[in-house]
Amino acid sequence: MSRLTQAVVLFLFGGAILRASVTDLFLRYVKAGLRPYLIAAGVLLIVAAAMTLWSAMRARSTSSSLEEEDHDGHGHAHHEPRVGWLLVLPVLGLLLVSPPALGSFAAGKAGSVSAAPASGSDYPPLPAGDPAQVGLLDYASRALFDDGKSLTGRNLRMSGFVTPGPDGQPMLARIVLTCCAADGRPIKVGMTGKVPLDVPADTWIQVDGVYTAKRAKDPANNVDMAYVEVKSWEAIPEPKQPYS
Amino acid sequence: MTQTDLPASAAPPVALPESPPAPATPARERRIGSLEVLAGLLVLLVVLRGWLAGLMTGARLQTWTTVFVSVLVQAVPFLVFGVVLSAIIAVFVPRSFWEKALPKHPALAVPAAGLAGVVLPGCECGSVPIAGSLIRRGVTPAAAIAFLLAAPAINPIVLTATAVAFPGKPEMVIGRGAASLIVAVGMGWLWLKLGKESWIRLPHRPDLEGKARFEAFWSAIRHDVMHAGGYLVMGAAAAATINVVVPATWLARLAAHPVLSVLALAVLAVLLSICSEADAFVAASLSQFSLTARLVFLVVGPMIDLKLIAMQTGVFGRRFMWRFAPTTLVAAILVGTATGLVLL
Repeated sequence: MSRLTQAVVLFLFGGAILRASVTDLFLRYVKAGLRPYLIAAGVLLIVAAAMTLWSAMRARSTSSSLEEEDHDGHGHAHHEPRVGWLLVLPVLGLLLVSPPALGSFAAGKAGSVSAAPASGSDYPPLPAGDPAQVGLLDYASRALFDDGKSLTGRNLRMSGFVTPGPDGQPMLARIVLTCCAADGRPIKVGMTGKVPLDVPADTWIQVDGVYTAKRAKDPANNVDMAYVEVKSWEAIPEPKQPYS
Repeated sequence: MTQTDLPASAAPPVALPESPPAPATPARERRIGSLEVLAGLLVLLVVLRGWLAGLMTGARLQTWTTVFVSVLVQAVPFLVFGVVLSAIIAVFVPRSFWEKALPKHPALAVPAAGLAGVVLPGCECGSVPIAGSLIRRGVTPAAAIAFLLAAPAINPIVLTATAVAFPGKPEMVIGRGAASLIVAVGMGWLWLKLGKESWIRLPHRPDLEGKARFEAFWSAIRHDVMHAGGYLVMGAAAAATINVVVPATWLARLAAHPVLSVLALAVLAVLLSICSEADAFVAASLSQFSLTARLVFLVVGPMIDLKLIAMQTGVFGRRFMWRFAPTTLVAAILVGTATGLVLL
């Protein structure tokens, strides 16, 4: 790999990272908090590409190019890392493919997150509003560890994508990320009442409903899953921040 | 020449495994050098996009690509941070600094380097090039190994994450810190006793000595990004494959057995290659396993996994890796289990 090629690969790699982080593309793969570091890394890679280009050009124009330019030939081939070619793959992945955020395939593979109980003894009251917006993880935690005390008597609104549950019935799910999609695990909430049947998996929906005491176990990891009684639902576009 | 503004429309997936990197063409004839190969490859991929998209519609393949890209995106800032730090060590920190900073006696330098790793918040992707750079600058490999193993496992960020993931169980944090430090320092000392300098084969890096510092700095960065980055891509691909292929139900069956569960989570830690900042949360979700098994998961993961094996092979060479990886794995399992039995 000549230095010029390395400069191009570095530039593409940095450019792909930078493009993903200034648009919202990166939110499909990592947490929002990583953005400044991604931008910094992308800029640094592009600067490294520019510096490589500059020194390769300089080496070419001056005749002292012997030690620099000939790294990809004349028996020095293995010195310049061939493995660097692999960096073309993430460039393709980010620029050409831009794979979607994790969805029902990942949700079906792994057991539901075990919603942790609140750190204090009591759950804070739900936010004002009718219906009140609740996250799936928050709902599951309140339902499972507080017997739904803070949920009873309220109209609730939550969103997620549809995924087939262990029993084949549609469930409402969201992927919980800690760091990146490799550690993404689903939080699944079952639905009773007006269950959105015949909705293809991975469709994003917004559900209005109320608390129900129904429970089920996720056979994948033996974790309790909460249910919600659906009063109405509608399809929504995938949110910018697909993970919770 | 540059392709950054390619249209990236709604996820037409390209079969990544279908497009292996072209081998570097020996540039004896300058006409078809690597640059032309790269240009050709890129043009071909853009032209064949639609066809490639047809190959990759399956949910499994799509999930594979998502996980692959996301492991890389997550690791890139840490990789770049590590590479910059290692270039600074290589270019701006004089050799004599390490002689003064680390205790003269190698046996004492090992724990000192291990503790230095505690302070530096870094991911494992960053610590590999840093350790390579330290050896280049004359630091004894034993101390560099202690740093390599300690830095990703027991820095403040990772320990905080562990405390958050296991609320009300501070012994998990203590156990993780203690076991990881013991393994790191123990491996350093073991190297002093048994290790041979000839096992380590650092990749040739363009000679930095003769150059102006500024140029040498960027040259080191370019080389390390291409090198460590390439191996990172390999590791990310392996981790994505495991992530998509291994069903969670297998794990449930293993969890019931006390010995098998420890071994299963150790192997899982190696295969999954999760960043050390995140692995505590994954361990917390593996609730059917015993705490000891999960502690082993946390001790093994940052020290040895697919991504690290690939990167360490790149930086230290195969002869080193064949000996280092299995020994570290065994040491981490033993120390992790012992700590778990005592503390948990």
